[in-house]
Amino acid sequence: MRIKEHPILGKLEKEPTVEIEVDGEVIRAIPGEPIAAALLAAGKNVFRYTRKLHEPRSVFCAIGRCTDCMMIVDGVPNVRTCVTPVRAGMKIQTQHGLGEFKERTQ
Amino acid sequence: MRETELAIVGAGPAGLSAAIEAASAGVRVTLVDENQRPGGQLFKQIHKFFGSKEHYASVRGFDIGTKLLSEVEKQGVEVMLDSVVWGIFGTHVLGIIHDQKNTYLRAQKVLLATGAIENALAFPGWTLPGVMGAGAIQTLINIDRVLPGKKAIMIGSGNVGLIVSYQLLQAGAQVIAVVEAAPKIGGYGVHASKLRRNGVPILTSTTVKEAKGKEKVEKAVLVALDQNWNQIPGTESEYEVDMICLAVGLSPLSELAWMAGCQFEYIPELGGHVPIHDLNMQTTVPGIYVAGDLAGIEEASTAMEEGKLAGIAIAEALGYLSPEEAKIKKEAVSRRLDSFRKGPFGKAVRKAKARLQRRGEVQ
Repeated sequence: MRIKEHPILGKLEKEPTVEIEVDGEVIRAIPGEPIAAALLAAGKNVFRYTRKLHEPRSVFCAIGRCTDCMMIVDGVPNVRTCVTPVRAGMKIQTQHGLGEFKERTQ
Repeated sequence: MRETELAIVGAGPAGLSAAIEAASAGVRVTLVDENQRPGGQLFKQIHKFFGSKEHYASVRGFDIGTKLLSEVEKQGVEVMLDSVVWGIFGTHVLGIIHDQKNTYLRAQKVLLATGAIENALAFPGWTLPGVMGAGAIQTLINIDRVLPGKKAIMIGSGNVGLIVSYQLLQAGAQVIAVVEAAPKIGGYGVHASKLRRNGVPILTSTTVKEAKGKEKVEKAVLVALDQNWNQIPGTESEYEVDMICLAVGLSPLSELAWMAGCQFEYIPELGGHVPIHDLNMQTTVPGIYVAGDLAGIEEASTAMEEGKLAGIAIAEALGYLSPEEAKIKKEAVSRRLDSFRKGPFGKAVRKAKARLQRRGEVQ
């Protein structure tokens, strides 16, 4: 949920003006906000599942240290969504396990 | 290789204050931070600070951040953002990654102001989505303006736990309780009272036993503790919550100081392993300084003073300040630090800090 009114910080001025795709579903996001913020605002709780026990994980530290919030972003696995800013058109996928790096083709 | 006189790692309250102090004396300063924006954790501090006027009392954290940033800009400090310092070598070469490219920066002096990381607390279910650091929730609600749940339980009644609980209320969440394992509330009475006035119970001698849920937290199980911190069977109670916030202390982010070969001492009151440093904030490795939470977990107010102290000492060491000028400036800062650490909460820190610095002075 976005906090639109706040007693100290006032009205939320930024608008979710761009679209990103999350596991095939389109959601709106504020450009420049962390991917994790956009997902939580859209009500998405599970960001990845662990390799062995397939347990759900989400944001834990929110400052890029713990790597619990890693997802696949535009085909790149292990992206820390709490410190990676949203850009229009990003494709984000829930990560299962450790993720695989595709060979780069240019 | 790029060169600078002073490289500062971390643009939080300590790093920014050091940069301003050193640059205003004439030092060429390069400030490096891994985040997209400088300020460290200052911009999520929406509450008013304590202390005297010199400590920015009753100014909100984000306003202090804005002030420091504009001053840094005015002093012409070079700021490298989105830049991770991944290593420190020899006499002061930093390895820095920016935009997936590696560069090196050689500095005559290095100030490490890397801050701290929140401690975790392991209990059954603690890895479930919805269990997160109190600082994490603070970032989400105050900077990103996103509330990831409706009902929270806060574990830990130190100032972070108390302040963030109040900020959760301000953000529109419900705080079911603040839970404290010790028999007494850890933080300032002012913060605790604000919560109680809003009907939030603070449960002492209590801890979290378990988080229950499938894909996210659905329930928290609390349990009472006896004088020996053992759980008392039969005292369990369940609460429906979707957020469990952990405010159980911080640890210094000390990787670079270890890598540089600094000597450490384990001081629980300061958050664990802390680099030994002298009254100039210089570590046991000549030319490498520390300030802020890395030099012992305290507050933003003390981090700023320590940053200034390091900035002055470095300007002096580089010949930009005469020993007399530096002495006067350092004394003023030390006075403010002492007065800040004078309160009942500062006593343990003051003693620990003195012990650490005595060791630093001997080295």
